[in-house]
Amino acid sequence: MGSVTDVNQYDDSLLIKSLKEAVIAGFITFLMAAILIGVKSEIAIGGIELKYRWGALFAAAGIAAAGRFVLSYLFWGRDTKVGDYLDKGLNGLSGATSGMGKIIPIALLALAILLPFLLMQAVPAQARYYLDIATVVLIYVMLGWGLNIVVGLAGLLDLGYVAFYAVGAYSYALLATTFGLSFWICLPLAGILAGFWGVILGFPVLRLRGDYLAIVTLAFGEIIRVVLLNWYEVTGGPDGISRIPRPSFFGLADFKRGDSGFAALFDIPYSPMHRIIFLYFLILALALLTNWITNRLRRLPLGRAWEALREDEIACRSLGINTTNTKLSAFAIGAMFGGIAGSFFATRQGFISPESFTFIESAIILAIVVLGGLGSQIGVVVAAIVLIGGTEIFRNLEEYRMLVFGLGMVLVMIWKPRGLVSTRIPSVFLKERKAVSADLVAQGEGH
Amino acid sequence: MGAFICLTAISANYLLSFGERILEYFVQQLINGLTLGSIYGLIAIGYTMVYGIIGMINFAHGDIFMVGSFISLILIVALGLTAAAGMWTIIFVLLFVLVVSMVLTATWGWAVERIAYRPLRGSFRLAPLITAIGMSIVLQNFVQISQGARNKSIQPLVTGGHDVMVNAETGFSAYLSNIQILIMTVTVVLMFGFTFLINKTSLGRSQRACEQDTKMASLLGVNVDRTISLTFIMGAALASVAGVMFLLYYGVVDFYIGFLAGVKAFTAAVLGGIGSLPGAMLGGLLIGLIETFWSGYFSVEYKDVAAFSILAIVLIFMPSGLLGKPEVEKV
Repeated sequence: MGSVTDVNQYDDSLLIKSLKEAVIAGFITFLMAAILIGVKSEIAIGGIELKYRWGALFAAAGIAAAGRFVLSYLFWGRDTKVGDYLDKGLNGLSGATSGMGKIIPIALLALAILLPFLLMQAVPAQARYYLDIATVVLIYVMLGWGLNIVVGLAGLLDLGYVAFYAVGAYSYALLATTFGLSFWICLPLAGILAGFWGVILGFPVLRLRGDYLAIVTLAFGEIIRVVLLNWYEVTGGPDGISRIPRPSFFGLADFKRGDSGFAALFDIPYSPMHRIIFLYFLILALALLTNWITNRLRRLPLGRAWEALREDEIACRSLGINTTNTKLSAFAIGAMFGGIAGSFFATRQGFISPESFTFIESAIILAIVVLGGLGSQIGVVVAAIVLIGGTEIFRNLEEYRMLVFGLGMVLVMIWKPRGLVSTRIPSVFLKERKAVSADLVAQGEGH
Repeated sequence: MGAFICLTAISANYLLSFGERILEYFVQQLINGLTLGSIYGLIAIGYTMVYGIIGMINFAHGDIFMVGSFISLILIVALGLTAAAGMWTIIFVLLFVLVVSMVLTATWGWAVERIAYRPLRGSFRLAPLITAIGMSIVLQNFVQISQGARNKSIQPLVTGGHDVMVNAETGFSAYLSNIQILIMTVTVVLMFGFTFLINKTSLGRSQRACEQDTKMASLLGVNVDRTISLTFIMGAALASVAGVMFLLYYGVVDFYIGFLAGVKAFTAAVLGGIGSLPGAMLGGLLIGLIETFWSGYFSVEYKDVAAFSILAIVLIFMPSGLLGKPEVEKV
């Protein structure tokens, strides 16, 4: 009996507390929304006309109060938390990734390879749409893996990664449109050029650390964008570069109707889907190459030096590691992959302009790396699918899409501050490969 | 430094080509630069205070400035204030708009901290940076949805001004408008008020304590959460003042102004030495001056490049900014 009354008392006080919090939340939301939701400014003749939306204002306050009440009363005040269930599921996933060894990555890889064929069989009408989304997700996976070298492994916070993406895209576009070079020659060239830019931009910031490094890399990203925007003679300014050649089938055939086409080469009926599927496999191969090289590098002295640098720069230096070369190589290799992804982007779009390389792109790539769990290769894939694929589902919401994207970023980060996949697999081990919790490593501190 | 000297030499050369109007033109750019710099400085203080206490870049701060600007725009239109009203009416109504806008924007600042940063206190450093970027995206798109994507403009409210210097031969005059006087006065007054607040009041004492050592401060009875909240509230209020000034000066706002202003102000904070209040103001003025002089003498298109390049050059030679304390690393 006693225990029952206790529970009731507990519920009563929780109810009152939740109600109080709900009223406060409603009031604060009312204040915040009073002008921005309650009044809409519209452009009218001779100035601005105001429309009052009291309904929306009170609805916003009401929703905030109700939401807060539900959260306080049903979840936060209780002993079992809703997050626990979610955590269990996700720990299962990351436990599975480490426990079951390589099963999940292999399953994902198999799915990725079979995806075009599955889509062609299952939904032939929308296959193109879904493959386009998958291609975009893979571009971000590749960019995420490239940035992971700089931020996740070497611990250098780079907010201007999109600059290298832009360098790669413009390198290919300019080389192809002015000199008529083939995509297959330009791809490594774009990577090398972007890598050089990585060294050029990396050199001045070697002494900087943490947030100073972040702001200077952001500044470099903006400088490159502003130059692309204003150097009209070369880059076409805001008009960008159009009619960028599409890639050929390894120089053997193109994807047009006719004798020189891919279909004629293999003697199969022509389909516009061939190009889409080829592009999909191309970016898949490039992304896998990035992953393979990164994983190999992690085991080399260079990769181990990156991770050591992330943990402690002073200890690194006292052990005789050349921090200058280590940092520059991280910048250069990360930039190279960004550049290769950029030239793929250019050839896929056929048109590029500075608008595609704004700061928000850098922010999205960084968000993918951090949300995935810094330094975790599979985490980048999960985060790219969730963020890019997830917002694609909300495409019908038009202008609400980015709002949902931003909210998603905030909520996932609060829920899993260490990223979705937060266990680390050591690159060097004695007898047994043990996963390490992410809390034990100092990631992205920007030393 | 070599590059800097070279730059100075080039600009001196360039100035000469403007002939007789050189001094007046120079003074005009100086006035414009100081006005712009005051606005940047006001925003930069918010960055630098937050950074000083919890060591994070509050990326949403630029968008808080934009929110403040929008709130004041709507208030001014709602109150029907035009330049036709008498001087005292304009002053009192603007003061009212300023106060209301500060209060409402401060709630936004508080809410952003409460929702996106407080749950991540004590987490690793990149986590709040990502939520801050997320919040910035949320604020921009929220305002875009609720107020529309097109830019909104109002007629100038504070008009008139004074010729400070007239060139007798060319007739070119350096003009100091009343709105520029207003912006600089408000900035100076707020700077003094703020320095007083930080140096003399108990709130300022708690802030400085938290800045030095959050854990120790909380052990000694400072309410850390409350101090941090108040820091965000003060930062947002200052950003909203900057927002009102921006609106009055340029007369036009849109949902995207927060990004560039925020990046410039953060650049200013870093340039001055992040964590230092006078540094933020100095950095703001410098960025404003660099931008206007570059636009005035070289090219408008590359003014951002100039500001960012100076930032990179200064940081390479003085890695902790102009007035920042050098970081001492203990092993």
